[in-house]
Amino acid sequence: MRELRDPSALPEMRSALRTHRLGWFEVVMLAVFAAVYYLLPGYLPLATQVAIMIIFAISLDLALGYGGIETLGHAVFYGIGGYAAGFYALYVCQEPISGLLVAALVAGLFGVLSGIVVLRAKGLTLVMLTLACATMVHEFANSMRAITGGDDGLSGYRIDPVLGLFRFDLFGRTAYVYSVCVLIVVFLLARIVANSNFGLVARGIRSNSQRMQLLGVPVLNRLVLLYAVSGAFAGIAGALSAQVTKLVGLNTLAFTLSGNVLIVLILGGIGRLYGAVIGSIVFVVLSDRAAAIDPFNWLFILGGLIMLVVWLAPDGIVGRFSALTWQFRKQERRP
Amino acid sequence: MPSLSTLLSLFIDGASYGMILFLIASGLTVTLGIMRIINLAHCGFAMIGGYAALALTSWMGLPLLVALPIAILLTMAIGFLLEQTIYRVVYRTHEFGQILMTLGLTYLMVATINLIFGSLMQNIPMPEPLSGVWLAGGLTVSKYRIFLVAVSAGVALLLWTTFEWTTFGTRLRAAIDNPRMARACGIDVGRLLSIAFAAGCGLAALGGVLGAQMLPLEPFYALKYLVLVLMVVTVGGLGSLKGSLVAALALGLIDTFGRYFLPELGAFVIYVTVFAFLLIRPRGLFQNA
Repeated sequence: MRELRDPSALPEMRSALRTHRLGWFEVVMLAVFAAVYYLLPGYLPLATQVAIMIIFAISLDLALGYGGIETLGHAVFYGIGGYAAGFYALYVCQEPISGLLVAALVAGLFGVLSGIVVLRAKGLTLVMLTLACATMVHEFANSMRAITGGDDGLSGYRIDPVLGLFRFDLFGRTAYVYSVCVLIVVFLLARIVANSNFGLVARGIRSNSQRMQLLGVPVLNRLVLLYAVSGAFAGIAGALSAQVTKLVGLNTLAFTLSGNVLIVLILGGIGRLYGAVIGSIVFVVLSDRAAAIDPFNWLFILGGLIMLVVWLAPDGIVGRFSALTWQFRKQERRP
Repeated sequence: MPSLSTLLSLFIDGASYGMILFLIASGLTVTLGIMRIINLAHCGFAMIGGYAALALTSWMGLPLLVALPIAILLTMAIGFLLEQTIYRVVYRTHEFGQILMTLGLTYLMVATINLIFGSLMQNIPMPEPLSGVWLAGGLTVSKYRIFLVAVSAGVALLLWTTFEWTTFGTRLRAAIDNPRMARACGIDVGRLLSIAFAAGCGLAALGGVLGAQMLPLEPFYALKYLVLVLMVVTVGGLGSLKGSLVAALALGLIDTFGRYFLPELGAFVIYVTVFAFLLIRPRGLFQNA
């Protein structure tokens, strides 16, 4: 059992107290990303997908893992970000970085608006409201065929070179480096948010919202803010995907994507940001491999894997691992 | 303004669509009411029932009315087995684990169906007496839709009687209202749940077979109609059969009329309605607990 008298023994308190430090995890991640660039040039598009998925999963982790906002419709932000970036490139300006910011702003605004309405609910109703909200936007995009392209998706826009220097090339080198840089920025920002006072308040709301309310925290206000921040990050992920693939499909708003990002987070582990990284790598690479081996039956592998992970490692891969190392350290201390 | 007969046939279409939704959703609302588990795999049982009937009619040449009960029993057996094994693990995990495990199970169902039947849309051929239309003074009504409404109304009546007038129904209501108290009164809630689960799978299978004309069978059936079925349950209120019936009929009618009068908006109408409704009444029509 965990020692409750010493709060720093709780893993999440430990990570909260150990703020802004560059751990071995970040170093290894950077090394892996650099190694992929030099050693596996054929896999850069896949690695780009991984990076985008990580950003998306980090955004869900902020809402779900830190704020306890149970959502089955997180793809709505991803899709809105994607369409915002697509429209921006099509009608306003082809500069990529301002495109990301616009997408983040639009998705964040949608997060505020939908958050004010949706976050009053709790539990199953909240899950259903987020799902209904996402499905609503999906159907809306589907019905506005003239603007969004409907099932064919939004395409036909160009993206300028990044910073005016790096042209998006055929091999996806620029796309990869660009995505990884955005990922690093998002990861650091998310870490600052998660470890700030605001992040701690969010965790407090997740553990006991009533108590936080009694302590004088404006709970709904904070949750809406967190939802908006999370939405903005998800919007960046969607925009990145739109800029890199030059296509925004209806599937960016679909229920399947909301489900997949949840799977990613559960695979990795909720509420620790690293989980999003590990989960995305496992999920994207595995689904790509499984689809390559057997394009028709890869859902078998995915479905089986989800059930196994939830059954055997309910805290995710990172959670399982940190529980093991914790046990190991305890044994070391008491020989 | 469309003529009265158009409105009437729209009404029948909407009502039969709603009744199918009710059949599929009825089992889910009971298990959700007792266990508070969001069983995303529930629609998969409707799919299994539909495909079982398809296999029995087109591969073995059985008439639909013989295949129907066999398909239902088969789905109930599969549901019962899964409840005894996999769902025991699902019950123990945390809330989001439950959502994910049932989602994983749904993926497995989709993959299995895809492997056996292929990815094409399939149709269960209707028997001769049910195909065709009745003409009654300018009004054309498909016999199949009338049959559908009649059968589902009968099932709804049967469910209601079981729920309200039998000891089993009383126990079930007690377990939905307060599982712990029910357990303390000596009701075997676990066994009750197993029975309700299997029965719910059977009802979903019935809906899957009968509704195959409206909701065509395909491997992604289990995910495609899941959102609608979940909405029926939430709008109706957890654990409330009456709520599910009203919600399903309302959703069916609103969707049908919405698609007729605002065709460019498609399914958008129904989701806006549900969203607005849940904001006003977050616990649904007939709130329990």
